Amino acid sequence: MNMLYGLITGVVFGFLLQKGRVLRYEKQLGALRLMDMTIIKFMMSAILVGMVGIYLLHDLVNPDLLSLKSTILGANIIGGILFGIGWGLFGLCPGTAIGALGEGRWHAAFGIAGMLVGAMLYATLHPWMTETVLTWGDFGKITLPGLLGINHWIVIVVFIAAVLGLFRWLEKIDL
Amino acid sequence: MQKYDDGGWNPYLAGALVGVLAIVSVGLTGQFLGASTTFVRAAGAIEQLVGSDRVETNPYYQRVQPRFDWQAMVLVGVLIGAAIAAWQDRSFKSEKVPPMWEERFGSPVLKRGAVAFVGGIFAMFGARLADGCPSGHGLSGLMQLSVSGFVSLMFFFGGGLLVANLLYRKEA
Repeated sequence: MNMLYGLITGVVFGFLLQKGRVLRYEKQLGALRLMDMTIIKFMMSAILVGMVGIYLLHDLVNPDLLSLKSTILGANIIGGILFGIGWGLFGLCPGTAIGALGEGRWHAAFGIAGMLVGAMLYATLHPWMTETVLTWGDFGKITLPGLLGINHWIVIVVFIAAVLGLFRWLEKIDL
Repeated sequence: MQKYDDGGWNPYLAGALVGVLAIVSVGLTGQFLGASTTFVRAAGAIEQLVGSDRVETNPYYQRVQPRFDWQAMVLVGVLIGAAIAAWQDRSFKSEKVPPMWEERFGSPVLKRGAVAFVGGIFAMFGARLADGCPSGHGLSGLMQLSVSGFVSLMFFFGGGLLVANLLYRKEA
């Protein structure tokens, strides 16, 4: 049953990614070149809505709902920069690369092949990473409200206000 | 400035609907959106297919085993959903080189392919080290206000901004 939900979730996700036009190399490089902020608007809108709903579910239905990834500064920062370098070169990320194929952007296949090689390479170096980078600045599974020691709704309201401000500014400067 | 637009939905609306989708998915199945773990499972499956026995001994493949799971189904769905959407509004386009790339670097497919391939290697290596991509860390991480999501996303953009602007810098 979970597999079926996965498929349906994916179909809707792919449909919306395509309708939002974020599966394009031009949109992703457009954001990185600070020319077209479509993907930022798309992503941040998803985050704002999802954040409210997920924390409502967390408070009202299931307190064990969250599935946090560990904050390991060394890994998040170094891995993040490496991902960013690759993203700038390829112009698509793992999820959007698959979607790009769906709308006929065949060139995504080269990057997908590269990503499979990248996964193999990481599997090879993972044992070494566990002794080095993955131990640098390991804070475990922490959230922003937990770190600040305040209620999550305060953080959510401030975050929403900040992002809405960003949206207004982006529209004003016509990006 | 050319924006390469061909219709499509308002990105705020399409994005907000992805937010609704994420809530429904978490509510029904407890699953958060992500993509890059599947590439490790697929890489392991390919290694098995070509007869490598590394999957049995490599600790990372032991942790992220080659199997077809919920997230893999999502990615199959993304392929299908994008194709449906493109077919529905006739924005499907058989494209060998992205137009923006072609304008700057020309039309050779192999040139684009080589850069995309190298980019893919960096991107996936980085995503696995950081333990997530813009879906897992970006969407799902920020929705949960995870510190790892904020840090990773910031450096995804940092690295991307640097490379994109070097790549497309104006000729001196």
